[in-house]
Amino acid sequence: MSTLAPVRDAAPTRGVGVRLTDLRRSYGTVRALDGLTLSIEPGELVALLGPSGCGKTTALRLLAGLEDADGGRVEVGGRDITRVPTNKRDMGMVFQAYSLFPHMTARQNVEFGLQLRGAASAKRRARATEMLELVGLETQADRYAHQLSGGQQQRVALARALAIQPQVLLLDEPLSALDAKVRVQLREEIRRIQLEVGTTTLFVTHDQEEALAVADRVGVMRAGNLEQLAPPQELYARPATAFVADFVGLTNRMAATVGSGRAHVLGASVPLLPGSAPSGAAVVLIRPEALAVRADPRGSATVVTASFLGALGRVTVLTDGGETVIAQIDNAAVAGFAPGDRVSVTPRADAALAVSAG
Amino acid sequence: MSLQASRRRRQTLFRHVVVGVIGLFFALPMVAMLEFTTRAPGGGRSLDTWATLLDVGAVERDYPELMTGLIASAGLAVLTVAIMLLLLVPTMTWVRLRLPGLRRTVEFICLLPLTIPAIVLVVGLAPVYAWVTYFFGESSVWLCFAYVVLVLPYAYRALDAGLSAIDVRTLAEAARSLGASWFTVMWRVILPNIRTAVLLSAFLSVALVLGEFTIASLLNRDNLQVAINLLGKRDASISIAVSFAALLVAFLVLFAMSFVGNGRRARRSKES
Repeated sequence: MSTLAPVRDAAPTRGVGVRLTDLRRSYGTVRALDGLTLSIEPGELVALLGPSGCGKTTALRLLAGLEDADGGRVEVGGRDITRVPTNKRDMGMVFQAYSLFPHMTARQNVEFGLQLRGAASAKRRARATEMLELVGLETQADRYAHQLSGGQQQRVALARALAIQPQVLLLDEPLSALDAKVRVQLREEIRRIQLEVGTTTLFVTHDQEEALAVADRVGVMRAGNLEQLAPPQELYARPATAFVADFVGLTNRMAATVGSGRAHVLGASVPLLPGSAPSGAAVVLIRPEALAVRADPRGSATVVTASFLGALGRVTVLTDGGETVIAQIDNAAVAGFAPGDRVSVTPRADAALAVSAG
Repeated sequence: MSLQASRRRRQTLFRHVVVGVIGLFFALPMVAMLEFTTRAPGGGRSLDTWATLLDVGAVERDYPELMTGLIASAGLAVLTVAIMLLLLVPTMTWVRLRLPGLRRTVEFICLLPLTIPAIVLVVGLAPVYAWVTYFFGESSVWLCFAYVVLVLPYAYRALDAGLSAIDVRTLAEAARSLGASWFTVMWRVILPNIRTAVLLSAFLSVALVLGEFTIASLLNRDNLQVAINLLGKRDASISIAVSFAALLVAFLVLFAMSFVGNGRRARRSKES
């Protein structure tokens, strides 16, 4: 008699809420998680983003039950599962490393979890076919892992994870072993499937583009804790900390004076984002696309390089104050700038983050 | 072009010479053994020795110690392999999964018997076997405990190679996340993927157990080699014939080992 959650009928699930509260985990003297608190809404896809060693994978592994927390709570659907073993957590997982069982075909891999749940043979087969169709690999059902490409293996792993209709889907950098083209293709497919199935999903990645492209909300992690958790647009446009601004996208750091909720930089006044330094000398963080550059013989900066990057262009200038500033411009405008040209640079950001100059 | 062809020919010839010399090195003693066992008392050739050996009834009647030794060795081989696999496979898997820091220590412990001569091992084992005899009796099959220690280095190497060829951690974690118990992980995920390594370690262990003499002899237990040694003092021809048969079995086992490995590789490459 199986003690695992029975396989539900194939109707799309809307997922359950996940709550991590004050999670702590240390490896020797290294604190991998330092009181992480995170809530994921039912059916939502949250991406955890951060540099190596920031604790994002540890958070996912604690949620999966693959590691034990030193402290804190893990709740899924309102139920405390902190001490529940991995095999009783009802979670589907796709790993960074290829994880298909080498001695089984793609179909047998997908059926594995269903078999453990005591699903009848016909039901298993039908579900495996449905899942392989979902990931577009129904014609490869009888192939072994070594007969599939990396992208195909990860698709089968996704089908296998979803076949058991898990409460939560965990994706641990599933695209990092793939080449760039397949990566983009597969991340879009993951998002399509996630929206179709509606499973609450935690996606761990170190690739900001990947996180911004697929997630409903992105959590940027640093030193075992969340720096900011916000929708991709907000995270990009309104970073809460200098770390987030630096980590997500390109950022110019420019000297400014701040006061009365505004920063004075490059001769203009820009409203400050919440969390900015209140007054005095500061460093303002401005995105390259939030800067306008125009040829101006009486301007206060000199062009260092002007690069054509395909869909857009980039100009690097040196201000008279000695700061190097990068501005993103229209690709057609690149030809209008040459090294040594005098230009004026103006911020056109709605708001900017200022951090203390010290 | 012709220079290359002549070089290739020379290399092929060299290879054949090397294989031939090695073949002779192994074949000559065996041919000599075969020759000895087919000598007839008054000169000439006879297959009487082999006929006797193949007649189980005659062996039981005339050479009871051989039968005892053979049964003891067969039992020892089975028990040794069973204990070795039960001990090593879960331990090595667990160390890879949960205690990777202990891997070197486990390896050191498993390879240690290689560095200790059997005769020295017996000195340590003698008092231990006094207790084994006290608890389990005098049967030769209890030599299996000593033999497990003896086969550890070879079995460890074979299993380690098998476990290194797969990503044990990821496979186990994938299976666990899908709802598998630890037993299911071992039985349905790890073991099928290290099948060749398990077979190799078992074959090596069997070959080693069938050839072991020192420990059994010095601890006054029976096994095939002890029986052969005893027979040698009474009937040299039968003794040599049994030795020859044992060698042949060991060779067949080793041949089967390479066949298992090659067969699997060939199947894999054909599939891909």
